[in-house]
Amino acid sequence: MSTQVIPKPSLSHRSSRWFSRNLIRIYAALAFIYLFIPVAYTFAFSFNDSGKSNLVWQGFTLDNWKNPCGAPQVCQSVANSLQIGFISTLVATVLGTMIAFAISRHDFKGRRTTNLLIFLPMATPEVVLGASLLAMFLNLRVNPGFWTIVIAHVMFCISFVVVTVKARVASLDPRLEQVAMDLYANERDTFRYVTLPLVMPGIAGAALLAFSLSFDDFIITNFNSGIESTFPKFVYVSAARGIPAQANVIGSAMFFIALIIVIVGQVVSRQRKK
Amino acid sequence: MANSKVLQDTGDLVLNRISKRYGDFCAVDDLTLTIPDGSFFALLGPSGCGKTTTLRMIAGLEEPSAGTISIGDTDITTQKPYRRNVNTVFQNYALFPHLSIFENIAFGLRRRGIKDVKSEVEKALDLVELAHLAERKPGQLSGGQQQRIAVARAIVNRPEVLLLDEPLGALDLKLRRQMQIELKRIQMEVGITFIHVTHDQEEAMTMADTIAVMNQGKIEQMGSATELYEAPKTAFVANFLGQCNLIKVRVQSRSGGKVVVSAKGHTFEIPESRVSSSNDSLLLGVRPEKLRLDGSGVNSIKECLVTDRSFVGTSTQYLVRTPWDLELVVFEQNDEGLHDLRLGDKVSLEWDSEHTFGLDGAQDVNAGADLDDDE
Repeated sequence: MSTQVIPKPSLSHRSSRWFSRNLIRIYAALAFIYLFIPVAYTFAFSFNDSGKSNLVWQGFTLDNWKNPCGAPQVCQSVANSLQIGFISTLVATVLGTMIAFAISRHDFKGRRTTNLLIFLPMATPEVVLGASLLAMFLNLRVNPGFWTIVIAHVMFCISFVVVTVKARVASLDPRLEQVAMDLYANERDTFRYVTLPLVMPGIAGAALLAFSLSFDDFIITNFNSGIESTFPKFVYVSAARGIPAQANVIGSAMFFIALIIVIVGQVVSRQRKK
Repeated sequence: MANSKVLQDTGDLVLNRISKRYGDFCAVDDLTLTIPDGSFFALLGPSGCGKTTTLRMIAGLEEPSAGTISIGDTDITTQKPYRRNVNTVFQNYALFPHLSIFENIAFGLRRRGIKDVKSEVEKALDLVELAHLAERKPGQLSGGQQQRIAVARAIVNRPEVLLLDEPLGALDLKLRRQMQIELKRIQMEVGITFIHVTHDQEEAMTMADTIAVMNQGKIEQMGSATELYEAPKTAFVANFLGQCNLIKVRVQSRSGGKVVVSAKGHTFEIPESRVSSSNDSLLLGVRPEKLRLDGSGVNSIKECLVTDRSFVGTSTQYLVRTPWDLELVVFEQNDEGLHDLRLGDKVSLEWDSEHTFGLDGAQDVNAGADLDDDE
C-alpha cells in the first residue's frame, strides 16, 4: 500500500458535515417554530394596548390580563362554551363508553354495521352535519339555542369517545377479568374493581378529547345556536369589527391550562410507575 | 358481603364423563377422573391435548358440553367461578397491574368480606418470602417474584383445590427448578389439593404424587412418576416421559410368566406381568439407560454399529444401529465402566428382561416423541 496523504478537511467540507449531522435538529426546530408561531402571536398580542383593533402592536399592557372580561360578551360566551362542553362531554362519554363496551365485548347481530355507523359522523363534513341538524330542528319546530348545541355536540363527540374507549377495551387482557371471577368477584365487582379501573385512562382521554372538540367547535355550533353565543362564535362574529385583546387572553389562558394539565398528568404517571 | 355464598365443600374432586366440544373439535373427550383430597396431581400432555380446557372447566371458566364435576358431595358443574372454592394460578401470572402487591393478594379476601385482611395477606407474603414487596406494583417485579405473588394471591383464600396452569412456563430453567421445590414445600405446608397442568414431563415427575398423561382429550395413563416411567402402558406415554426405545416384535410363546418374542431372528424375553396387550404383535420397550454396551445374554443384539455419540456431562449418549437398521438410543453413565466408543465401532447391546415392557404393536412407534418442546 502506498503512503496516503490525508488532506486536511476544508472549511466548507467541515461545515457541510456539521450541517448533515444536525439536519434532523434543524428540521425539528423549524417544524416547531411553524407549529407555535400562531400560539406565540396570540400570546404576544394578549399584551397589546390595543384599544379598538388588535391588529397592530401599540404598546405593552397588563390591563387585558387583569380584566379578561373587559370586552362586552366575551366572558358570557366563554361561560356558555364551558357549560356546553361539560354537559356534552358527560353525556357523550357515558353513552360512548357503553357503546364501546357493547361493540367490543358482545357479538350481536348488526355489530359490524354499528361499528361502521359509529364512524360515519367523523367522516361527514361538518357543514353538512350542521346544516342537516338545523333543518331537522326547524322541521321539529325546536328553536335553536343552548340545548340544540348540546344535542349536536353530543352527537359528534360520541364517535370519538367510542373509538378511543374501544381501543383501550381491546388492549385489556381478558384473563384479568377471569382472575377476578376466580377470586370471588361477581360480574358487578369484576367490572367495578378490575375492568373499569383498567379502562379508565381510555375513558379519561376520551372525555378530554370530547371536551376540546365541543369547546372548539364552530361550524356545527354556528348552524344550531340561534342567538346563543359560544366562545368560537364570539371570536368569529367580532372578527368583522376587530377581535378584542381579551379574546387573546382567554385563548392563551386555555392553552396554558391545557399545558399544565398535560405536564401534571405526565408527572403523576411517572411517579406512579416509580 | 357481596359473595358470602362461596361453596365450602371438602373432599375428592371428581370429574365424571366430562366432554368439551368446540364445533367439530373435541378438546376433552369423555374424561373421568378422581383427584384425592390433599394430593399433588399433575395433568401432563403436549399442547392442545385438552389439559388446560380441563383445568378451566374445574375453575368454572368453561362449561363442559357433557358430564359433571363435583367436590365431595356437591355438584359444581354449572356454578359460577366466584361461587367455587377453587382458585387458579394463571399462565403468565395475570396479576392486576393497577393494584399493589398487597391489594392483589387481598383481592379474594375483600370480595368474600373477610375481616382480618392485613394479617392474612402478610402470612401469605411470608409463605412466598416476599413480604418486603407488599407496596410495589406488579410491573416492578421480576418474573419469578410475580409467579410467587400469583401463588400467594390464590393460596391466601385457602381454596379446596388450587389449579396451576403452566405456572413455571415463563421462567428460565434455574428459576424453574427452584420454584418446583418451592411449590412442593407450599403444598405440604397448606395441605390443599394442587392440580398442576404442564407440558414439561420433568416438572410433572418432580412435583406430583400422581400424574395423568393426557393425549387428544383423553387420559392415556395415570399413576406415580415411577409407574409411568418404568411401566408405561402406551407408546405415547413411553415416548412422552423421557426417551424410549421401541422395537417391533412378534410373540413366540407365553408361558411360565414369560413372554418370548422375536424380531429379525433375535429372541427376547419380557416378564408377562409387564406386557399390557394380548396381541401377537408387540412393541418391546426399553429405556436408554437400561441398555448395556457389551454382553451376550438372552436379551442381546450383536453386530450393532455406533452412528453417533454426544457427551452430556453426567452421561454419554450413543445412537446405535441394529443389523436391521433400527436406531436405538443408549445412555452410559460417565463412571469407571466407561466404554468410550467411537463412531463406526461394533458393539453388542444387552439388557435385563425385567427392564423391558411390552406394548400393543398396533400403535405408532413415534407417538408422543418430540412433542414436549413445541410450546
